[in-house]
Amino acid sequence: MRAQNSDAFRLGLRHGIPIMLGYLAVSFALGISARNAGLNVIQAGVASLTNMASAGEYAGFQVIREHGSLIEIALMTLIANARYLLMSCALSQKLAPDLRTPHRLLLGMTVTDEMFALSIASPGMLNPWYPYGMFAVSATGWTAGTMLGVVVGNALPARLVSALSVSLFGMFLAAIVPKARQDRFIRAVILTSMALSGLCAVLPGVKTLSSGMRVILLTVTVSAAAALIRPVEEAADAN
Amino acid sequence: MQTNIWLYLLVMAGVTWLIRTLPLTFLRKPIKSRFIRSFLTYVPYVTLAVMTFPDILLATDSVWAGALALVAGAALAWTGGSLLTVAASASVVALLAGLVFR
Repeated sequence: MRAQNSDAFRLGLRHGIPIMLGYLAVSFALGISARNAGLNVIQAGVASLTNMASAGEYAGFQVIREHGSLIEIALMTLIANARYLLMSCALSQKLAPDLRTPHRLLLGMTVTDEMFALSIASPGMLNPWYPYGMFAVSATGWTAGTMLGVVVGNALPARLVSALSVSLFGMFLAAIVPKARQDRFIRAVILTSMALSGLCAVLPGVKTLSSGMRVILLTVTVSAAAALIRPVEEAADAN
Repeated sequence: MQTNIWLYLLVMAGVTWLIRTLPLTFLRKPIKSRFIRSFLTYVPYVTLAVMTFPDILLATDSVWAGALALVAGAALAWTGGSLLTVAASASVVALLAGLVFR
């Protein structure tokens, strides 16, 4: 490893520590939903290590819990993780054009909200060893937290477990509310989505839809409508 | 018939990896279609909103505990609380409210 790469890797390790601490706490709630979906501790750990995605994993666990089809889980994962497509598009512009394909294939693993934010903000072209360092530390926290959620979730009182599982929704809120404050249109989009989602859950007929299908249908229709009503100006990032 | 959990996990991991990797591997220019770019911008907000509501109301035994956790989490996120603060506060509020509205 060249000196430059090992410096970038070590910086990544250091920057990964605060991310790891946050992940450790939040992925605990994910472990609880994995357990509710019938996953054992190994399966939950593998899911977290190979996905590194809160909403995507939560959505997937919901489908597993409802015994949905493989098509449904593929669609749900696609929808819940669609924002990473956007982030990767943005990150692709920050890679040296001669960066070799194996690096590009590995770099995909490191595109989470937090690691993307640091990678995209790093000066100049991205040295892939920087996100590799962050990944090494934060993926450990994410995976360990999830496994802990499965194991300890079993031992805790039901009331405490259900309260802890609410923290996952807190994480979702933390991801969307700050932008809703800045941007009135996005605020309207969020409130409309929640209202329609509430309606779909109670309306006769529609309420028999699985929660996965509800998410897919509403995401596609509301996002398409929003894109037609207010197209974005330049390439925007998802943060 | 029940699908093997490992098959589900394989599909999840494969789809997630492809979403993140394809643009890095094949995209050397910005996306041209304004509609696609706009659509992709709004998707995360809609998805996370739909996954949060009404599910948060049903996450605990009491709808009111879930509603209070939603309000507390949204208020803290609005005032700039960090991810960890918002997530932890929503949990604490749900726990305390669950003790009141049993």
